[in-house]
Amino acid sequence: MDTTLALPTGVEVARLRHELRDFYEEIADLLDDDRIEDFPAHFTDDCLYKVTSRENFREGLQAGMMYCDGIGMLRDRVLALRETQVYEPRMWRHFVSGVKILAVNGDTVRTRSNFLVTESMSDANPAIFLVGQYLDLAVRRGDRWLFRERIAVCDNHHVRRSLIVPV
Amino acid sequence: MGKTLEAEGARVWPQEGWTRVPYWIYTDPDIYQRELDTFFYGPTWNYVALDCEVPEPGSYKRSWIGERQVVVVRGKEGAIHVWENRCAHRGARVCWQNKGKVDSFTCPYHQWNFALDGKLQGVPLKRGVLGKGGMPADFDNSQHGLKALRVHAEGGSIWASFDENAPSFADYCGPDMHGYVQRLFKGRSLKLLGYNRQLIDSNWKIYIENLKDPYHATLLHSFLITFGLWRADTQSESVPTEGGKHGIMISRNVGKKTGSSGTGEIKRLKNALELADMDTVTPQREFDDGKVVGLSLFPSVVLHQQANTLGMRHIIPKGPGSFELCWTYYGYADEEPSLTRLRLRHANLYGPAGFVAMEDGEVLVECQQGTSAYGHRQAVLEMGGRETEPQDHMVTEVLIRAFYKWYRQEMGL
Repeated sequence: MDTTLALPTGVEVARLRHELRDFYEEIADLLDDDRIEDFPAHFTDDCLYKVTSRENFREGLQAGMMYCDGIGMLRDRVLALRETQVYEPRMWRHFVSGVKILAVNGDTVRTRSNFLVTESMSDANPAIFLVGQYLDLAVRRGDRWLFRERIAVCDNHHVRRSLIVPV
Repeated sequence: MGKTLEAEGARVWPQEGWTRVPYWIYTDPDIYQRELDTFFYGPTWNYVALDCEVPEPGSYKRSWIGERQVVVVRGKEGAIHVWENRCAHRGARVCWQNKGKVDSFTCPYHQWNFALDGKLQGVPLKRGVLGKGGMPADFDNSQHGLKALRVHAEGGSIWASFDENAPSFADYCGPDMHGYVQRLFKGRSLKLLGYNRQLIDSNWKIYIENLKDPYHATLLHSFLITFGLWRADTQSESVPTEGGKHGIMISRNVGKKTGSSGTGEIKRLKNALELADMDTVTPQREFDDGKVVGLSLFPSVVLHQQANTLGMRHIIPKGPGSFELCWTYYGYADEEPSLTRLRLRHANLYGPAGFVAMEDGEVLVECQQGTSAYGHRQAVLEMGGRETEPQDHMVTEVLIRAFYKWYRQEMGL
């Protein structure tokens, strides 16, 4: 989507920002609450979901930590996480801030926001795990929003240990 | 009661030999420093970069050998130079960015200027100011360049050595390993697909062991087995080379098989599971030999070919209890876009969030945490027998045994 499109009026932008902030917090809540099965339902069938590093993003390199083109791959992430993967149990919390509307085209909105994810092991205090930006393309479907694209670009130079659930 | 050897801090290998690994080798700072000096800074060849990361004259990339940062630069005439990222003057890092393209390098501290090959080109105020100060008249720029390493380029992969006395790259690899390196790097132009970087809080050797341990792959990584990418009964080989220094694991992409005796004992195996997107577990055959090969080229890298991913897993130690694992994924510049797409999709199996590799990061940290306060205890390595000869299966720890047989000789332990 062309990001140079003029934005609608300030009132309309404020309303969109309010709606999308609610949407992003709903996603953060389902991740924190271990309702990962509900995650793919918030994406379009032709979605692109990626978790990558600033290093890759800056150079336009396509590989990431998670790379899902199409909702099938997103569902497979959930399946693998629940059915095959082995990891030390821990808790995460997602904090989303600075939601900014970059462009609007009909029912499609391009946004940028900040995220911070903390991680807590059962025998250690929480620590900052990932910090970065969400670059989203959200589309309105009736009275709800879906991601056509969600690229989580991590500022981290490296991931400490493992990335287990989507960001 | 007499003092035990452990209480005196003596580093004595268990008498059983290479079927045992004492846990103090994962935590002892003196052992760790000796490993850096003996292996990473010694007469070895270390992976530093891919050719496609520094495509043009002046292109550079920072890399690591052990804990030492180096800069990989393509010179004016196209040759690759690798030098220590440490100003010849006072030791500040000369290069402050991970990648870029420049005409020359200038240390920000006193602006000493270096050519792409590391030669000192200019020293500000060399003749002083108004007749005062300046360098001694006999100060010779040619004696104060950035310290260059030996460099070897092998069909698109770049290797470096701190030691003038290191054997040739081919001799260091030995014929088997060298043949497999050339299988991946024939000189066909490469295409960089991206990086993953992980900081894993375990001793770097536990990762070396992990890649010499096909036994775990059929048990821990149920994704591989559930979706048919690997099975315990797959035709495979575990080949220690050069006395155990390197290791070659050979397998084949075989497809799913239900009711296999090779998987019967794996409790977590779920035969009924199907992926929504089968591309992730459906590799396209790309090498004539049909093999899937993992090369553990000691000490710095694992050359990875799994499904359709190709990658370099660069091992960068960060103290006895931590290392960075930098995954660099690549393809070939002239390949079909459909194959590149498969590589990107299959990369979901690897890296910190990999369906398979995530679990390695997890168990590595658990091993370090489990062993670190139990230095006086030891691992047992008897799967597949007690010997160190190559084996034509993967239910074995032969590669780890062979490695520690070699390691003990090199370290005098």
